[in-house]
Amino acid sequence: MINYIIKRLVTSVITLFVVLTATFFLMHALPGGPFDNEKPLPPKIKANLEAKYGLNKPLYEQYVMYLKNLSRGDLGPTLKYEGRTVNEMIAYSFPASAKLGAVSIIFSLILGIYLGVVAALNQGKWQDRLVMVIATLGVTVPSFVIATLLMYVFSVKLRLLPSSGFAGPKYMILPALALSGYSLSFIARLTRSSLLDVIRQDYIRTAKAKGLSRNVVIYKHALRNALIPVVTYLGPLVAGVLTGSFVIEKIFAIPGLGREFVTSIGNRDFMLIMGTTIFYSTLLVVCNLIVDLLYAVIDPRIKLEA
Amino acid sequence: MERLLEIKNLRTSFFTHVGEVQAVRGVSFHLDKGEAIGIVGESGSGKSITMMSVMRLLADNGKIVEGEILFEGRDLAKLPENEMQKVRGNEIGMIFQDPMTSLNPVLTVGDQLMEPLIKHKKMSKEEAFNRAVHMLELVGIPSPKSRMSQYPHEFSGGMRQRVMIAMALACEPKLLIADEPTTALDVTIQAQILELMKDLKQKINTSIILITHDLGVVADLCSRINVMYGGLIAETGTTRDIFYNPKHPYTWGLLNSVPNPKNLVKERLKPIDGQPPDLLKPPAGCPFAPRCQYAMRICMTQRPPLFEIGEGHKAACWLNHKDAPKVEAPIRRGDL
Repeated sequence: MINYIIKRLVTSVITLFVVLTATFFLMHALPGGPFDNEKPLPPKIKANLEAKYGLNKPLYEQYVMYLKNLSRGDLGPTLKYEGRTVNEMIAYSFPASAKLGAVSIIFSLILGIYLGVVAALNQGKWQDRLVMVIATLGVTVPSFVIATLLMYVFSVKLRLLPSSGFAGPKYMILPALALSGYSLSFIARLTRSSLLDVIRQDYIRTAKAKGLSRNVVIYKHALRNALIPVVTYLGPLVAGVLTGSFVIEKIFAIPGLGREFVTSIGNRDFMLIMGTTIFYSTLLVVCNLIVDLLYAVIDPRIKLEA
Repeated sequence: MERLLEIKNLRTSFFTHVGEVQAVRGVSFHLDKGEAIGIVGESGSGKSITMMSVMRLLADNGKIVEGEILFEGRDLAKLPENEMQKVRGNEIGMIFQDPMTSLNPVLTVGDQLMEPLIKHKKMSKEEAFNRAVHMLELVGIPSPKSRMSQYPHEFSGGMRQRVMIAMALACEPKLLIADEPTTALDVTIQAQILELMKDLKQKINTSIILITHDLGVVADLCSRINVMYGGLIAETGTTRDIFYNPKHPYTWGLLNSVPNPKNLVKERLKPIDGQPPDLLKPPAGCPFAPRCQYAMRICMTQRPPLFEIGEGHKAACWLNHKDAPKVEAPIRRGDL
């Protein structure tokens, strides 16, 4: 177990290094730079700015510089926001995205699994059809459509919930719902098909033959087996949702990381691009590792070997 | 002898999108307390479905259409589901064909063993644990205490079937239904498992219904045998009757398809040619008639009744009618 974790951490570092190197050079291969605006800056000022941030140096020197700073945990200054570092930016915007993401994940998991179980246990009946329709819509309708619809119904028509901002729990309900649409539907479908497979297994017949009640058979014997595929999906889901969604954050005016991630690319804010990419990659790698460890907890047949 | 189980004219069907599959078409037999009987037949003969009907563990589209299943006088066919749950695992235990897939892979063996004890016998965790350890010991699992916290994948096939037996017998049921308990195991293990069942039958004083397609397996354990074919009982009698005085051509066929250890080289096994009947459109006459070399005209049109051969020995074959031609049974007498 410990050996396995160590091995995974070592490979993770290699993965992250490849990601950051590729991003660094791809980013610099893009035309344009952080100081290109509609109104061009006077060449002298631009040259001064580039000198200040070291952008005039050869690329490999910049790369080495970046790695040096990174090894100290310093992600550098932002190029677009005067006087703020990338570390500060992430520290400021990540909590909003993370909170929203966490609420959305809990919501997707509870409701998704519940709907999946209901559908599987009523296979072919109206409950099943209803869940499948909802799940299909959730997967196919883009989140911005769901977001706008939710906003229209709950904020404009019913005036129950605020449409934008991030000042308390009730501000999170609509964006979390909109953010959950896809993952909730996906989890519901996954749970349904997996549970349908499991309840036909011999060991479920054994459990019934022992005289266990239907609830014990389903929730103790079947569901744990059925959730193994759901756990697989959880790794990328958690990382993806925690780091925020550009679309949702934009629509609900939430100061989150997802928005920074996307705008930084348009801005050619090299430092912020690198910072958010590294942050996201690290989170993804860690989440995948946690999921793989969780596997062994849920399914005793899986042995983690280094 | 006291009756434990009496099945009267049981009919079980599956309602599929292509129509009604009549898996069991009017089966009657009984089992006395302390007795072990065998139900023998090939796949699709209705032997497993008969016993799944007793357990009321049919698939969602399966239904007991007619008949009574009297277990100590109670009709299980009409028992409400919550009452039935108190019978399963408590008064009737069941073990299945494939021990590799019959245990839940994500729960410890101990947990699975303790479940019925806690549910039916209202034992505390500690009592259930001790009882489970005792059961594992009884079925011959070495160092049972440490085995309790292991998972099924850490057990071999034979060991898992022992665990299944321990689980089915944990609550000391009056009846143990064993559905092909040795089919998925290799031959040496088969003998061990049968020996174990014989041994436990004495110790726990349980009655056994053994379902199998292998006549060799029932001979040792069972006092009576029901041979099933096409959802009906073809022949029923004591093990002696079935082996030494069989009166149904299907039983002859089954006996001839058991390997004879005395002349392994010389003789080839005689398979029964043809296919079992389609129970979606069951034949009007004897279900075995299309495969039977002795079939007469009446066999195709009229279902044979169970002719009384001797005491408790009956065969559903027109050859046993007093006007039928006399046929010598083509079996190797005394070899088995």
